Amino acid sequence: MARRFPMLLLAVLLLAAPGFAAAAAALVPLQAANVDVGDQASLQRGARLYMNYCLGCHSLQYVRYNTLAEGLGLTEEQVTENLQFTGERPHDLILNAMPKADAAGWFGLAPPDLSLIARARGTDWVYTFLKSFYADPASRITGANNKVLAGTAMPHVLLELQGIQEAVYREEMTDDGTRHQVFERFELTTPGQFTPAEFDEAARDITAFLSWAAEPMQLQRQRLGIKVMLFLLILFVFSYLYYKELWKEVK
Amino acid sequence: MSAAKESGSVVGQEGGGLFDWFRKRFPWDQMMEDHVTGYYAPKNFNWWYVFGSLALLALVIQIVTGIWLTMSYKPSAEEAFHSVEYIMRDVEWGWLLRYMHSTGASMFFIVVYVHMFRALLYGSYQKPRELIWIFGMLIYLAMSAEAFFGYLLPWGQMSYWGAQVIVSLFGALPVIGEPLVEWIRGDYFISDVTLNRFFALHVIALPLVLLGLVVAHILALHEVGSNNPDGVEIKKYKGPDGKPLDGVPFHPFHTAKDVPAWVVFSLVFAAIVFFAPEMGGYFLEHANFEPADPLKTPDHIAPVWYFTPFYAILRAVPDKLGGVLAMGAAMFVLFLLPWLDRSPVRSIRYKGPLFKIALTLFVISFVMLGWLGLQPAIGVYTIMARVFMVIYFAFFLLMPIYSKMDRTKTPPDRITYHG
Repeated sequence: MARRFPMLLLAVLLLAAPGFAAAAAALVPLQAANVDVGDQASLQRGARLYMNYCLGCHSLQYVRYNTLAEGLGLTEEQVTENLQFTGERPHDLILNAMPKADAAGWFGLAPPDLSLIARARGTDWVYTFLKSFYADPASRITGANNKVLAGTAMPHVLLELQGIQEAVYREEMTDDGTRHQVFERFELTTPGQFTPAEFDEAARDITAFLSWAAEPMQLQRQRLGIKVMLFLLILFVFSYLYYKELWKEVK
Repeated sequence: MSAAKESGSVVGQEGGGLFDWFRKRFPWDQMMEDHVTGYYAPKNFNWWYVFGSLALLALVIQIVTGIWLTMSYKPSAEEAFHSVEYIMRDVEWGWLLRYMHSTGASMFFIVVYVHMFRALLYGSYQKPRELIWIFGMLIYLAMSAEAFFGYLLPWGQMSYWGAQVIVSLFGALPVIGEPLVEWIRGDYFISDVTLNRFFALHVIALPLVLLGLVVAHILALHEVGSNNPDGVEIKKYKGPDGKPLDGVPFHPFHTAKDVPAWVVFSLVFAAIVFFAPEMGGYFLEHANFEPADPLKTPDHIAPVWYFTPFYAILRAVPDKLGGVLAMGAAMFVLFLLPWLDRSPVRSIRYKGPLFKIALTLFVISFVMLGWLGLQPAIGVYTIMARVFMVIYFAFFLLMPIYSKMDRTKTPPDRITYHG
């Protein structure tokens, strides 16, 4: 409900903007992430996956552990026990121990901080990116390439969960008679710990968590917004009646 | 009208005390009388006329939120981006201040564009209001500069590359171009030095200029009096008290009318701030959530929406210097408006079909140029931009001809009421 409200308002404003245009050109159409930042269970699962698989390289330099506790509906103790591995204090930022310079040497570029990735690229981009790794040992030193971010330096860290998928191409003829390969779909050749449906859920949970991390106050913002709008509506009624009353005699 | 007399007589009766002491040394009650309670504005103002006071509200919002943002913002290349996220996450109500400021910038432009359109509708720039229009245009230029300098401050990718593109435009000028660009940046590229000076200009220099111009705009308005939807002079018919028969005191009458308009504006404002602060990437661009990287050019650089009509004109001209000159001319020609309009009447209500068609085409071309400025400059878009650019300039340059030969109606002697 809280998510539909803004859309309704925008329609009224007649300023509704079309979706995302900023993301770098992907080789595959982006899939709808459909994340629900209000679903704390999803955020908690996403946070757990993030801490286990992503944080080693990708910090969340603008998020604090106690903010995390509050946003995910956990106590600070629960965060310390389940999501914190290196003895930080509750108000510490979610950083990692990877030296940027070394990382740049290992991967070709330092893994970016992901505090704002969901706002910079959009949740659909993050979700599709997580699902678009495929085996490409011929061209990538990590053995994995990605259809959303071609030539990514990132290895497929969720490999044990998703398994290995291969890109399947079909041959197409262009107008000038040359043949070329067109990407058709992914095919799972080695299953992982998760079924494809479970993996989709995992990718969605991570995306939801990153969407929360990009703007931890977003639910608070919407809740406050409803109150402010109601107050202004009431104020409008009275101010308009006052104006009408005052102008009754003006002619 | 009784309100004006009352405040005057109350002041007169008060024989002593602090109030009287103050009044004898500073004429504040006379100023209130001249500009608020005794300033007579036409009774037939319609809702187009609230946008001037909405612009003032928008300016106040920008100044107040800006002051508080400045308390936590760090104007250095190293810290700027971090400090904005610090404001968003760790400063109490910082997110609200920041969203109000970013939304306020766009809303300020929307309100001012509508305010300018109203002047076009009712000929508010015509004699004797040429200076009001000129001051208004200077305000528009100053707020454009203010917005441009401010946009660099979050130090995101679009901040950086947007500034890079706009500043480099000056490089197209012959001879002085390159040294001028270096002088503006204070460096060979957009850097910490540039950020620092843009910060100074954004928080001190241009706000001062803006406030001064707003005062001049209002003083000029109050000197000659407000125009109205009929474009007739209300000063022509005065009552025995010397007050215009077709006017009412600005306060309490027009202020009471402005308040519900302020509330509606606030509703729209709040809807954006609380439910769509990025406004789909138009008010806060997605690429600006990535820190500035001088080594990585974004795929697509577009200025914020309020500059895009002029940006489209810039790109429509194949030659770089030509584009810069065309963009400058598109702004400058607006200043000439009071002398381009040769129509014997002010208001669109009494103007003929030629002006109505011209104005419609102008609005369409301005909106379309705005849209085109957001698209990549390729193929059919470039051709469209050229067509609309021609219409844009034709509206102004042909105005002396079509406004003179138009079949106008005779305006009434006194104001009329519509709905």
